[in-house]
Amino acid sequence: MQHVDGNALAGPFADFFSFDVTTATARCNGCGSVGELARAMVYRSGAGTVVRCSTCDHVLATLVETGDRAWISLSGVSAIEVRRG
Amino acid sequence: MSFITRGFSGRSRERDDRLPPGQTLVHDFPVLSAGPTPEVDTAEWEFTIRTESAVHRWNWDEFLALQIDEVDTDIHCVTHWSKLGTSWRGVSLDTLFEQVETEQEYVMAHSYGGYTTNVPLDELLDGKAWVAFEFDGQALEPEHGGPARLLVPHLYFWKSAKWVRGLVMMDQDEPGFWEQNGYHLHGDPWKEERYW
Amino acid sequence: MSEVSTPGATATPAASAALRAVPRSGWHVATVAAARRETPNASRLELEVDGWPGNAAGQHLDVRLTAPDGYTATRSYSIASSGPGTRVTLAVDKLPDGEVSPYLVDEVRAGDMLEVHGPLGAFFVWAPVAETGDARPVQLIAGGSGVVPLFAMAQAHGDADDPVPFRLLYSARTPDDVYFAGELQRLVGASAPFRLDLVYTRRAPEGWRAPAARITRETLEAAVFPAAEQPRVYVCGSTGFVERVADWLVELGHDPRSIRTERYGGT
Repeated sequence: MQHVDGNALAGPFADFFSFDVTTATARCNGCGSVGELARAMVYRSGAGTVVRCSTCDHVLATLVETGDRAWISLSGVSAIEVRRG
Repeated sequence: MSFITRGFSGRSRERDDRLPPGQTLVHDFPVLSAGPTPEVDTAEWEFTIRTESAVHRWNWDEFLALQIDEVDTDIHCVTHWSKLGTSWRGVSLDTLFEQVETEQEYVMAHSYGGYTTNVPLDELLDGKAWVAFEFDGQALEPEHGGPARLLVPHLYFWKSAKWVRGLVMMDQDEPGFWEQNGYHLHGDPWKEERYW
Repeated sequence: MSEVSTPGATATPAASAALRAVPRSGWHVATVAAARRETPNASRLELEVDGWPGNAAGQHLDVRLTAPDGYTATRSYSIASSGPGTRVTLAVDKLPDGEVSPYLVDEVRAGDMLEVHGPLGAFFVWAPVAETGDARPVQLIAGGSGVVPLFAMAQAHGDADDPVPFRLLYSARTPDDVYFAGELQRLVGASAPFRLDLVYTRRAPEGWRAPAARITRETLEAAVFPAAEQPRVYVCGSTGFVERVADWLVELGHDPRSIRTERYGGT
């Protein structure tokens, strides 16, 4: 299955976060690299959205959505930096 | 604020008594994936079952030398599609477990690429599950889990782990990849066990 | 993610203000004001979006369609327009096995209403040097329908009469498949510096300087700003196109941190 990049996270995550996640910077728990989530690799299917580190493939985040429920995991990132402008 | 979009019906949805609740029939074979498609050479492929006391291993040739079953079955994906009358060839988990002694009752299936999914052992035995390497008369394509995938057709299809490389026995049930992220620990399509 | 983010090192107060000015997204009702063919395989939709807060050049929106039985399908589309106001332009390519794009290309007509979520994404965006203080040249590289957000940037550049040098390298199948052909020609002649390099992959016009062929590393190198000029590069297209081009750019010495990509999926 083809992946897209983290730009595609803007819509799905906008319902849950008060900032644009694509410009937020995260550190990967797998390899320690740091980058904007817009640069991550995103696998989207009906089952959910899986965000992977573009350096090491480690799963950074997942989003599973059904009609009225959603599950968000950020278990693959150690921290997210949000710019206040 | 959702409203009906004029002229939009989505994919055609047919009804059939063989469909569990909330499912619709498809004729193609949608691909769902949580990551890149692993390219696994059968020369490198290995299947293992790890118990409290031993690790059992089969390479590709040893695996194909086991008794091979023909399986005709319906498959049901949690994303609401079902596919009826699919045909597979594979090795029954009963055959694999003939050589395995274990007191542990739960299984974590592990895949090339890192995917995991959990299934109780008694849901894999007695003719309920296979490690399948052919679909519709052809070698299983990598995007559908080839060289071999788990086939557990009585549960939602995410339990039928693609690119399966082995089973690890566990004392207690533990969530796999999707199960940690909202999906049901068990996943019976007739009970609509989709999410927590 | 291999790259350290650049904004901390280079952001100016003006750049921060521009980012802060990106409005919070929301769901809106869009009324189709006009729908017409853009190419044989694509439509241009003009949407009048109730409550739209305006958008930056390069942003996208999500379109949600709902069937009578409640089934919904949501897809992302880049926005071809930018700036304040409630009028939004999309150009939608029809995917052969698509579920939403055939509806938007073949079925939708003026007066129809759609749900849209946006504006979305503050990473793959461009703003004039007057707002950002960033005077590096800008190289746009488009594969097929990937031109849409890059056209928005080029149009915004022209509208702002921005002095930063702009180039667009645009790979299209045939002359008939070029999106915004008239608008792009007008930008070539406008006062803001803009160069257009078209590459045809299947059929070139008569007398074209090169036979139809896919972009190679050599044609890429010949068309884009050299790495020494430290251009900012925006690449948009299919996943395969974007990955080929991004790899070549890095091989040609471009700083990975100055390359921003948007993949459409597909092949």
